[in-house]
Amino acid sequence: MKRLNKINVILFLLCITLGFSQQTPAPKQSNTIAIVGATAHIGNGKVIDNSIIIMEDGKLKTVADATTSKIDMTAMEVIDAKGKHVYPGFIVSNGTLGLVEVDAVKASNDLSEMGTYNPHVRSIIAYNAESKVVESMRPNGVLLGQVVPRGGRIAGTSSIVQYDAWNWEDAAIKMDDGIHMNWPSSFSRGRWWLGEDPGLKPNKDYAKQVKELNDYFNESKSYDKGSKDERHLPYEAMAGLFDGSKHLYINADDEKGITDAVNFAKSQGVSNITIIGGYQAADIADFLKQNNVSVMLQRVHTRPQLEDDDYDYTFKQAKELVDAGVLVALETSGQMERMNSRNLPFYAGTTVAYGLTKEQALQLITQNAAKIMGIDDMYGTLEVNKSATLFISEGDALDMRTNKLTHAFIDGRNVSLETHQTELYKRYSEKYGN
Amino acid sequence: MIKVHLRLLIFMCSFSLFAQDYFPTNSGVKATNSNYTALTNATIHVSPTEVIENGTLLIKDGKVVSVGKSVNLPKNTTQIDLTGKTIYPSFIDIYTSFGAKKPERGGNGPRYAASRSGFYWNDHVMPEQDVMASFKYDSKKASELHKLGFGVVNTHMPDGIVRGTGALIALNNDADNSVRVVDGETSQHFSFSKSVTSRQAYPSSIMGSMALLRQMYNDAKWYADGNIDTKDLSLEALNGNKNLLQIFEAGSRANVLRADKVGDAFNIQYTILGGGDEYERLDEVKGTNATLILPIDFRAAYDVENAFLASTLSLSDMRAWNQEPHNPRLLAENGIPFALTTHGLKKKNAFKTNLIKAIESGLSKQKALEALTTVPANLLGKSDVLGTLKEGSYANFLITSGDIFDKKTKLYENWVQGNAHVIENMNVKDIDGDYNFKLAGDDYKLSISGSTSKPKAKLESGDKSLGTKMSYTDDWVNLTFKTADSTKKEFVRVVANASSGNSLNGKAIMPNGNELSFYANKADKEAEEKSKDKKEMDSKSEDAFMSPITYPNLAFGFTEKPKSETLLFKNATVWTNEEDGILENTDILIKNGKISKIGKNLSDSGATVIDATGKHITAGIIDEHSHIAAASINEGGQNSSAEVTIEDVLDDEDIDIYRNLAGGVTSIQILHGSANPIGGRSAIIKLKWGEAADDLVYDNSPKFIKFALGENVKQSRSSRNERFPQSRMGVEQVFMDYFSRAKAYDEAKKSGKPYRKDAEMEVLAEILNKERFISCHSYVQSEINMLMKVAEKFDFNINTFTHILEGYKVADKMKDHGVGGSTFSDWWAYKYEVNDAIPYNAAIMHNAGVTVAINSDDAEMSRRLNQEAAKSVKYGDISEEDALKFVTLNPAKLLHLDDRVGSLKVGKDADVVLWSDHPLSVYAKAEKTIIEGVTYFDIEKDKQMREAVKKEKNELINLMLQDKNKGLKTQPVKKKEKELLHCDSMDNEHIAHNHN
Repeated sequence: MKRLNKINVILFLLCITLGFSQQTPAPKQSNTIAIVGATAHIGNGKVIDNSIIIMEDGKLKTVADATTSKIDMTAMEVIDAKGKHVYPGFIVSNGTLGLVEVDAVKASNDLSEMGTYNPHVRSIIAYNAESKVVESMRPNGVLLGQVVPRGGRIAGTSSIVQYDAWNWEDAAIKMDDGIHMNWPSSFSRGRWWLGEDPGLKPNKDYAKQVKELNDYFNESKSYDKGSKDERHLPYEAMAGLFDGSKHLYINADDEKGITDAVNFAKSQGVSNITIIGGYQAADIADFLKQNNVSVMLQRVHTRPQLEDDDYDYTFKQAKELVDAGVLVALETSGQMERMNSRNLPFYAGTTVAYGLTKEQALQLITQNAAKIMGIDDMYGTLEVNKSATLFISEGDALDMRTNKLTHAFIDGRNVSLETHQTELYKRYSEKYGN
Repeated sequence: MIKVHLRLLIFMCSFSLFAQDYFPTNSGVKATNSNYTALTNATIHVSPTEVIENGTLLIKDGKVVSVGKSVNLPKNTTQIDLTGKTIYPSFIDIYTSFGAKKPERGGNGPRYAASRSGFYWNDHVMPEQDVMASFKYDSKKASELHKLGFGVVNTHMPDGIVRGTGALIALNNDADNSVRVVDGETSQHFSFSKSVTSRQAYPSSIMGSMALLRQMYNDAKWYADGNIDTKDLSLEALNGNKNLLQIFEAGSRANVLRADKVGDAFNIQYTILGGGDEYERLDEVKGTNATLILPIDFRAAYDVENAFLASTLSLSDMRAWNQEPHNPRLLAENGIPFALTTHGLKKKNAFKTNLIKAIESGLSKQKALEALTTVPANLLGKSDVLGTLKEGSYANFLITSGDIFDKKTKLYENWVQGNAHVIENMNVKDIDGDYNFKLAGDDYKLSISGSTSKPKAKLESGDKSLGTKMSYTDDWVNLTFKTADSTKKEFVRVVANASSGNSLNGKAIMPNGNELSFYANKADKEAEEKSKDKKEMDSKSEDAFMSPITYPNLAFGFTEKPKSETLLFKNATVWTNEEDGILENTDILIKNGKISKIGKNLSDSGATVIDATGKHITAGIIDEHSHIAAASINEGGQNSSAEVTIEDVLDDEDIDIYRNLAGGVTSIQILHGSANPIGGRSAIIKLKWGEAADDLVYDNSPKFIKFALGENVKQSRSSRNERFPQSRMGVEQVFMDYFSRAKAYDEAKKSGKPYRKDAEMEVLAEILNKERFISCHSYVQSEINMLMKVAEKFDFNINTFTHILEGYKVADKMKDHGVGGSTFSDWWAYKYEVNDAIPYNAAIMHNAGVTVAINSDDAEMSRRLNQEAAKSVKYGDISEEDALKFVTLNPAKLLHLDDRVGSLKVGKDADVVLWSDHPLSVYAKAEKTIIEGVTYFDIEKDKQMREAVKKEKNELINLMLQDKNKGLKTQPVKKKEKELLHCDSMDNEHIAHNHN
């Protein structure tokens, strides 16, 4: 063992001497790669126990049962993955990776813009493709994600990126996919510094705030119909909501807020609607289903909001929504959301302990997320002609016990699983000789 | 008319009574009135236990001369006939700030030094404060209190931790302070809240207030013994006030227990202002032996009409609404003495309503009267002159129409020091009731109410309600009402006399000027009252539902505290954490709270057998770094707060205790926060859900203290830089300084010479003497190394570095020093000093021979610590057996508890978890969490409790809706939030934004 370690160390040292503080993005796929023998989790609920997966020019050429298909692999790079598992790259919904590097360092924070209505603000241009936090996603199979601005009533416009890139243009999979809105809360807090009771009370300004939103949408539409002689950047950014080219993401947690938000969006003629958070979404699952509204469900590893809530409230919401037929993805926002995004597979794993099947849980962070974001033509499942964005794990990737990656590919590129953290690991393991 | 004269006479006599002998008179002749006044034929409650029917109360010069059935009346006696009326001793409110000057807010921004000199070093300690220095009698407030039945109040300055002396004031509106002040120095007052007049930062938490009070008492003794050369007017005053009644404003059940704990250490029995929630822990409250002062500010029902809003209302708040009125009864039934106060009532006139509510909830009238008279009088040492109407007492009494605790009873007069304050004219004939009359062929129905105070009339004819105005003086009623024809603005005017029987006789002047005779006959009174009473009885029986009080008293609390059982788990996979490793198909017997046997084919006739086939059993999870179950976390008012302890501020009602149990956690160390280099002492507890705070703490608990390094203690994210240290360089010097002083202190103490007892130095000396252990919040390698070197200079070891995210960089040094590491599995990048935090930290430290634990510092993560441990299998290839030890045996070792918990070994505490699956798997759920043989979490029982919570909430919502429909006041729904406490959470912050 010691010897092996030593060899490893030498290899690692080589890596380090060659390495940068951030890992170099992998080059374009040049040769055809076949992954043979793995249990393939397709991402759409199906599993192929003994699979053959062939990647060519960044795309999936074959996804098949190895026992029945006869393919000549002589010209290919073959990866023997017997006993291992292959998954589509996991996708972070409502993420903020790349917008903040260190939470407490204000200078490294590009999360939100001042002002209340900022539909024109675009997250993609602030996305730091070289973030050390971003690279730490890959070793856990988290390969793609949405980059979302925060704050205000309308926070801005999100984009979708892959996590192995030289710059934001290189990273972008889909630019400006949707506008993010924070629905007025049903409660407001007393200003304790003015001697008010700090507890939450019904929000007296709710109707006013909803009206303001309504006015804003109406004004945006009027602008759209007009001459646009004088450009109004925010209104301009709203246009995509009405022609269907942009998705409307609404942050809302309570039953009433969600219902109002959906009704509002429909009355404004917005067709692509997703609720983010949705703490009480399961209570109105049928309504959401009927209205074809999807949910990016709040972080599974969250404490219940109310004292009386079941201890496993946040663990079991996914099951309730999925059972009702709602399209559900798992989002990651909350405290330390960026660094914890690498735990996305375990958020999904938890929903298995509380009711879903493993393949259903997998869909929450692959196919469903891709569908909601409108990237399912290329990502989210292991299907022929889709992007070869996938990884190989030694075991069940939804369980921290067995989530151990040997390879990860984004668009067929064999991406590095090394990070700032693995480098430090190796450097200090070597220091102590163990 | 004669009666009016009498009243005048009494009024005059009061003037002469209160003219002081030695004061010059320039307003007339110096006249002295030495007449007697006798109140005759009354039912007299001489005391709560003594009633005289048809008695006489003879008073003179503001005092009771005699009381009895037959009293000899001197010739110069003025008599007042009170046939049919009742006399009570007037009430005493022992807890007010009546007439005290409102303290002014002072300064801004935190400051660390005191703003005064010649006084105690802490601005919030003001025993020298005297309420009389700024006292201004408030006759308007006095009149309000008269209406509620109060004759005397004890008042104080409601500001500061030590508030100085209070005074006893008679609410005599017709005298001056020379007469009204019964006693200018009755009580000394305390609280946990700082003065608004100073911005001195310390203390910033309840535990800091407790520590400050303790140190103050130590210093006061040291001062009294003549050991301090300089003047301290505060300590002088404190010592001077020690024979007064010591009143502590606690304001909640939990704080009642805390206040009493402070007093006990110095043989001081406080009289404690409670919070109205004492019924939740009767045994513990009784154990204080304190007399309580109880507010009765029962909350209004919540407005639950809107189902969305109602759904956010917590069961505990609903229960409080339902149960609070029972508090006085339950205390009385359990022999806990109390006085009642108007304190806390936003609207003072709710006092009577709430008092009656308490009585309807079962408080006996005698106890109620005692709580308002004899109990406060006794507390104040004034039972010879207050609280009863015995000879020599102040003539402080109430004249009522009957039982004072009855809704319908009228309070006519409130006499203070022989001086009458008329509330309602008792000589006016009460003409309240419903009347019928006819005018010009139409039938009318007239309802009169409030005739003796504010008369009001309602008039109906046919189905129409007619606008009407009424006045009533000297037995004459004047009534004006609109005619039924709403198209016209025409009025009928009535004058009628009410002196004859049950009717009103007079004339009506019609709009056209015609005068008709008017005769209104009173409707059958008895029948009417009967039906009314019946209605009330009905509504009362509906109100009778009382939610069960659970332990703790919120959702998922136990109706009965669960007991230790003999349990036999069969056929489990048992993770022993001992040499035996993981045992398949093994039985485990739990008996008398201990692990009794581990093996195959065990049996025990008395045991409940649990089939654990396919399941796993591990030792309970131990979290080395937790902040749940505590009311405060940081005392950041100074750079060292070794004097504070989390044990003082445990919160046994934190739902996160239950949620942690549901994640298999059985023991936690609640650490002080990281606001300062030397933090406070820890509480190491077991999560015995339902037990009272003090019973959660380990017996013979190992002693721990939190230290902290780095960004938090140097206030990196604060815009102010007033407190030393502001750099890592300064942090070292803080330790050097304190340990040097502690060493000197310890040497002085051990020398046998007198020394000034200093709680902070005592604690630090314990560290030097290896009796107390440090768990130090730490991040970067430089500071970790530094603290080890500081410790080595003082010849002790750091016990644990917690967080220790760069521990892997100095793992060899840690191993040499002998310190353990308790770390996060994978947190990083939340601040600059965790840039190099890596998830392989635990593995590297472990491989280097350091004892490693994985902790939470987070109420959410703590319920999944088994999964966090599993991450070290992923990051660093730790064996599964060792990984589990990271959250069980290793933290037990770090906490010096491994002889009791942390592994499954015969003889150890039966703190075990039954898992549905492999305990390191994300798919595993805790099915049973057992502490010392008591099942505190059971996944099946949890299901039943969910249903019970739902059912009870609906019942209470129904009751609240009934209240609203009855027209009772409601309040808007308030969403109860439990803030998530982390290392840098302060008491005065309402939401914690940051982490560790």
